[in-house]
Amino acid sequence: MSGGHAWSGRARRLVVAVPYLWLLIFFAVPFAIVLRMSVSQNAIASPPYLPLFDPAAGWAGVKEFAGALTFDNFQRVFSDSIYTYAYLKSLQIAAMSTAILLAIAFPVAYGMACAPRRWQPVLVMAVVLPFWTAFLIRIYAWINILQRDGLLNDVLMALGLIGEPAGWLSSDTAIFIGIVYSYLPFMVLPIYSVLEKMDQSLLEAAADLGCPRWKAFWLVTVPLAMPGVLAGALLCFIPVIGEFVIPDLLGGSGTMMIGQALWVDFFGNLDWPAASAIAIVLLALLLGPIMIYQHLQMRALEGRRW
Amino acid sequence: MVKRASWFNLAAVALGLAFLYLPIAILIIYSFNESRLVTVWGGWSVRWYRELLNDGPVLAAAWVSLRIAFLSATLATILGTLAALALVRVGRFRGRMAFSAMVYAPLVMPEVIIGLSLLLLFVALDLDRGFWTTTLAHTTLTMCFVTVIVQSRLLAFDWSLEEAAMDLGCPPARAFFSVTLPLIGSAVASGWMLAFALSLDDLVIASFTTGPGATTLPIQIYSQVRLGVKPEINAICTLLIAVVALIVVIASLLSKRYALAEEREGAFAAPM
Amino acid sequence: MVDDNASAAPLVRIEGAAKHFAGVPAVDGVSLDIAKGEFFALLGPSGCGKTTLLRMLAGFEIPDAGRILLDGEDIVPVPPYRRPVNMMFQSYALFPHLSVESNVAFGLKQEGLPRAEIKARVDEMMKTISIGQFASRKPHQLSGGQRQRVALARALVKRPKLFLLDEPLAALDKKLRAQTQFELKELQRRLGLTFVIVTHDQEEAMIMADRIGVMDRGRLVQVGTPAEIYEHPNSRWVAEFIGEANILRGEMVGREAVRTPAGTLRVAACGAAQGEVFVAIRPEKIRLSARRPDLEPDNCFAGRVSALAYRGDMSLCTVALQSGAELKVAVPNFMRGQSHVRGGDSVFASIDAAACVVLTQ
Repeated sequence: MSGGHAWSGRARRLVVAVPYLWLLIFFAVPFAIVLRMSVSQNAIASPPYLPLFDPAAGWAGVKEFAGALTFDNFQRVFSDSIYTYAYLKSLQIAAMSTAILLAIAFPVAYGMACAPRRWQPVLVMAVVLPFWTAFLIRIYAWINILQRDGLLNDVLMALGLIGEPAGWLSSDTAIFIGIVYSYLPFMVLPIYSVLEKMDQSLLEAAADLGCPRWKAFWLVTVPLAMPGVLAGALLCFIPVIGEFVIPDLLGGSGTMMIGQALWVDFFGNLDWPAASAIAIVLLALLLGPIMIYQHLQMRALEGRRW
Repeated sequence: MVKRASWFNLAAVALGLAFLYLPIAILIIYSFNESRLVTVWGGWSVRWYRELLNDGPVLAAAWVSLRIAFLSATLATILGTLAALALVRVGRFRGRMAFSAMVYAPLVMPEVIIGLSLLLLFVALDLDRGFWTTTLAHTTLTMCFVTVIVQSRLLAFDWSLEEAAMDLGCPPARAFFSVTLPLIGSAVASGWMLAFALSLDDLVIASFTTGPGATTLPIQIYSQVRLGVKPEINAICTLLIAVVALIVVIASLLSKRYALAEEREGAFAAPM
Repeated sequence: MVDDNASAAPLVRIEGAAKHFAGVPAVDGVSLDIAKGEFFALLGPSGCGKTTLLRMLAGFEIPDAGRILLDGEDIVPVPPYRRPVNMMFQSYALFPHLSVESNVAFGLKQEGLPRAEIKARVDEMMKTISIGQFASRKPHQLSGGQRQRVALARALVKRPKLFLLDEPLAALDKKLRAQTQFELKELQRRLGLTFVIVTHDQEEAMIMADRIGVMDRGRLVQVGTPAEIYEHPNSRWVAEFIGEANILRGEMVGREAVRTPAGTLRVAACGAAQGEVFVAIRPEKIRLSARRPDLEPDNCFAGRVSALAYRGDMSLCTVALQSGAELKVAVPNFMRGQSHVRGGDSVFASIDAAACVVLTQ
């Protein structure tokens, strides 16, 4: 609905301008700066990069500035196997954990959608509540469980399944557990909200036309749930690629995701230009999925599902 | 969707919830463990809570985090609600596509990228990093979550109510504050709470944008966790969980009243 | 009742109002006068622009062209919250977070009246509309009919110069609708206000309105009293939109006869019409008889009842004439227990010349 003709032009401009301005300053401009940083050189200085742009230097200053820009950082990112490995590893982990998330979240969301109407708000709250509690805490909780003298090993040894404590922590498995644990609500909720709105009479019509229940599930329910599945998948896949905390705390020294690479370059090596280049390449990789997500959001805004 | 739930569905939901809550439950239980080791149960005790009270840095960090969370949540709620109104109510305006792209991007963008870009901005503006830069950063991150929540409420809103208010003599601003806002109130409040929790919780962006003297709780916890599990951390985490759970419960009780009114508004608003 | 002083200026004068949405004209050059104290209906099929026109009067749509004068003053630049015009929305738009009493008092509060006066007027209005006992309830606790009254009270308590109603009876069931039609008309008469109602239900318009404006695709095609519109439609479209009509295409023969596929019809003298014309005949104006009537009727055709729809109060018959044309005839069911007419009967259809309306468009 595009009403608003009863709102004065001034009110409308204000409502748009305030958040717009904020986002321009704190979102758009920073990205431009990252871009600029990615073509700068690292320097032992404060701030730790060159060249510095001096507006007072006039046109000559601009030329000198442009001349000092370099694509070295990008070259390194593409040639150094550490980065290549990190990107690929991140993609792999993100893809696999998204798949696992989907496998777990869909039955949960489906069960929630089938639940009696009275219980549904409670169930939604129950799924969301862990999300409200600190992310860090929840990862930390898993450290508790997964560490060598932690609970999992205790239970497994008590059950006689293993003879001695196994190293669950510092592994890819631990990373997967951490990711699935943290991102589950992000996958469950979009799927749930689509399933919950589904018209029961569609399934009844399918049955009336001779479709057995399992077939109706694949031919009717799943296709209709697709927008939710897609939204959930993107909501998980994209941020997971750039994850830092989970691989850092739960992963082993052999695994490095791209978020960690960026962190190490920035905080460890104080190499801002390198970190920026990593960020730009990551952004380029994610541009496709991000645009798909934007498209989904805009459609939701217009009230259409497809 | 209404369907009678099969045992499979029930099991799926039950297992899912168990998975979500088990680690938290374990953490809470062990915060009361007298023994330092996780493997040994030393009996119930509040030893670690007492030690926590003496832990200056942790308490200071908690206070910083709470203040940043409160400020950024409030600011993000205002901005996010405005953005939602702009997208839903104002209709077409120049640069709408770019605007919506900027609004929704932080939802999916990896936090390291957002953190890096904001830090570079603050450096370029020559701002001292600390409390205020972190607040600004958190506001930018969380406002998009508020927008998504408020926007979905606005899409279901019956705008003829606002028109009725104007028909009866309310100028648009007053119509918004006396009719629209109360009715979308629970969505706005949910947005605030989500922004609060996200800010309280954020490690990555705070690491980039904060400075000396403004260490946030997650940063403090993180630095200690890297050194290994400490029972004190269990205690602070449990406290945090308790605080957040309390807020959520109170909020849901309060919103039950408003949500009921909103539900009915939706139920009979448009019979045609 | 319409103001008898015919020379009094109209309360509302719309001059050439036009509005398009995305290039499609919703209102296409409408000019209309509405008198003070009148109950006026805008009638037309969905999409004809009547709601847009109503919203222009309320101030929620700004016309692309034309003027709207209320009491001689152009109100187009006046925003809705400053117009002495109030509207009852199709969905009633009651504020769900306020009680019935607060809803009714809402408009008065905006005027900044003293609290005592507001309470007095609200109480009086609630009594007039019989919603006093719901004063502290919330809208969701009321039935559809009760909510409508609250919406009425809320708007009328402000004593607007012009009261607009957007499909007010659409959400009510049939029985309630009939009762409410009567009550609305009574209310309007008693309060002496000017009502403009938008509806797609012609029966509603005919029963309630003093005058009707029929709209089609953004244009006002005919304005008049219900009787004028029904008995003297100015076009085929209006004749077919309001009630049922038989439309016969034909050619004027002289000034009082038209040659049609049914035969040559004797019609009342109609001035300038010549050449190709249409003749509209209402089904209830045709009389059926088993034998040719003795008193020579103006027109009489022989035929057979080919279809019959029994409605209880009457039967709608389709009579196939010997000449090949078909006529729809409404036969009142005035004798209980036996059907006056049955399918397959041979009948004679008699039509008075005065019942034939000659149309040129």
